[in-house]
Amino acid sequence: MSTASLTGAVVRPRPRRSGSTARIATAVVMTVVLLAYAALLVHPGLFTSTSPLFNGPEALVGPSAQHLFGTDQLGRDVYSRVIYGSQSVLAASLGGVLLASVAGVAIGIIGGTAPRVLSVVVMRVVDVLLALPVLLVALILIATLGAGVNSIILALGVAYTPGFARVVEASVRKLRSVEFMQAARLFGSSGARTAVRHLLPNLATEVVVMASSAVGWAVLTATTLSFLGLGVQLPEPDWGSDLAAGATSLSTAWWLSTFPGLAITVTILVANYSGDWVMTLTDPRGRQTRSRFRALGGLSTTLPAANAVAPGQPASLTSESFTGADAGATGQLPASAPPDTPGTATTPEEQA
Amino acid sequence: MGFVLRRLAASVPVIIGITVVAFVLIHMVPGDPAQAILFGSNATPQQIDDLRDQLGLSQPLWQQYLTFLGQLLHGDLGTSYVTHNSVASELLSRTPSTLQLTGAAMLIAIVIGVPLGLVAGIRPGSALDLVSRTISFIGVAIPYFFLALLLVLAFSLNLNWAPAIDDGSAAALVLPAVSLGWGYAAILTRLVRGRVIEEYRSDYVKSANARGCSERRVLLGHVFRNSSIPAVTMIGLQFGNILTGAAVTEVIFGRAGVGSFLATSITTKNIPVVQGAIVLIGIAYILINLIVDLAVGAIDPRTRLASAST
Repeated sequence: MSTASLTGAVVRPRPRRSGSTARIATAVVMTVVLLAYAALLVHPGLFTSTSPLFNGPEALVGPSAQHLFGTDQLGRDVYSRVIYGSQSVLAASLGGVLLASVAGVAIGIIGGTAPRVLSVVVMRVVDVLLALPVLLVALILIATLGAGVNSIILALGVAYTPGFARVVEASVRKLRSVEFMQAARLFGSSGARTAVRHLLPNLATEVVVMASSAVGWAVLTATTLSFLGLGVQLPEPDWGSDLAAGATSLSTAWWLSTFPGLAITVTILVANYSGDWVMTLTDPRGRQTRSRFRALGGLSTTLPAANAVAPGQPASLTSESFTGADAGATGQLPASAPPDTPGTATTPEEQA
Repeated sequence: MGFVLRRLAASVPVIIGITVVAFVLIHMVPGDPAQAILFGSNATPQQIDDLRDQLGLSQPLWQQYLTFLGQLLHGDLGTSYVTHNSVASELLSRTPSTLQLTGAAMLIAIVIGVPLGLVAGIRPGSALDLVSRTISFIGVAIPYFFLALLLVLAFSLNLNWAPAIDDGSAAALVLPAVSLGWGYAAILTRLVRGRVIEEYRSDYVKSANARGCSERRVLLGHVFRNSSIPAVTMIGLQFGNILTGAAVTEVIFGRAGVGSFLATSITTKNIPVVQGAIVLIGIAYILINLIVDLAVGAIDPRTRLASAST
């Protein structure tokens, strides 16, 4: 921090609360919040005794003690609809991210270990999908599959898979050159055995961190799709479709759209925050690793400029999100590979 | 020059890939396109078969793809199932509206995001930093379609400052652009803030300070210049997201753009329009990324050298 004295007041590091009290408090709060979300997903009836489909006598009543979030045109309780509407949103986004992680790891391992012909073909397909905006990929899939929660899960899964696959592939390629992997090969360990016994455990941290920071984006995409009427169909409750349905009577009944909207916002906040939390938890050195999933972060691999950094120079932020990832797992590797390392994803020619 | 050509060559497989995705789409959708076109017209099976032949649907798949590609190169994207007009001309007539919205949203993101990130990064921990971090934290979390409704509620319905529904005026562009651009402004703020803090810690800034460069020169000549590279890259990366986000924003604000056209065409299974929109958005996205790469190359000579050496 000698810069501080040189630049005067320019650099003033924030005092960091590193005490264990703050850490424990965060852990407790996060656990409670995440448990509440788990309860919403599994058993929303815990939070309300009113059915989201029950048509009450009072239609279009503003928020009151009896109806916390008011009622809609058919006298249905908006609070109950927000509570029950969480199920489809959480199922779709968590399911989509889970699918994308599993598929991404599988494709990444194939891309990183398979014979050159196969891995090039696989990663080229990944590159093409990466070159398309996530929402567009999801829209294309839903155009073919039809609307519904299962379609959204599949669409999110496919749309987010390339991002995971690219990161996993880059890590696998780097892991392959580490001593224990070479030792495993020398001792005659089969490809599948190496993948399960050596690659997967070393990828686990990175994939968990990426998945946890992808959930927030998945919630946004899932609710966008149901907002467009491509998810859960009315009258079943869903944040996105309820928000869209309430938009038509925005001037007379603001509560119809506002509460589902707030629910989405809070959920994305919680998802982002817990993503950061998981990231610091899994990092043994307490330093933030950069392996988080970004909205279109995967696309940085299609941009040579983002990754092509002169050897010895610190990698740009977008490439750090892919190369700094396994530092936590292996401990010894440099944070970024020089761009001329054969076979890594950083060579511009390999990127479309 | 070699860098430009290499980047151009690298885009070709991706563009071909997009045309394949768009082509395969029509064969993945359940149902027969010929029946979809003649839907509701009481066509005889003979007429449907004739139309299938006419559309080339009875040819082998690879031949159909080549026909599709050939038509694409001539700017022919087929005819809409609904209006029976040329898809290309329908898309083109809606393109300016979408480009305006996307451009305005990007402008909002840059005009808000970059200064906010700079100010926060120069004095981390200050009150301004706290404000900027709060704005960006909420901005990242609030979905743009929700923000759009809140803005309409506040500024059109209550204050009556800007129209909620597109009437072709410039004022009608403000609310859609702000709601769409806000989230990206938040992302940009976080990015620029982080980079500025990091750059201030780097050795070359220390040496610039040691040489006696003024604070202003260090900030503009070194820190800002180097922080702008990931910012430019990020703006390019987000272009596709803004473009697809425009689809939703257009639906909310009743704007007749490519995005709302795509959204309605998906629900009505108007596949030629979906295909055309995918190709259009995909190619626009690749072109923007190309421009971003070249811009980054212009700002940062290292990237040109790095890609020339491989």
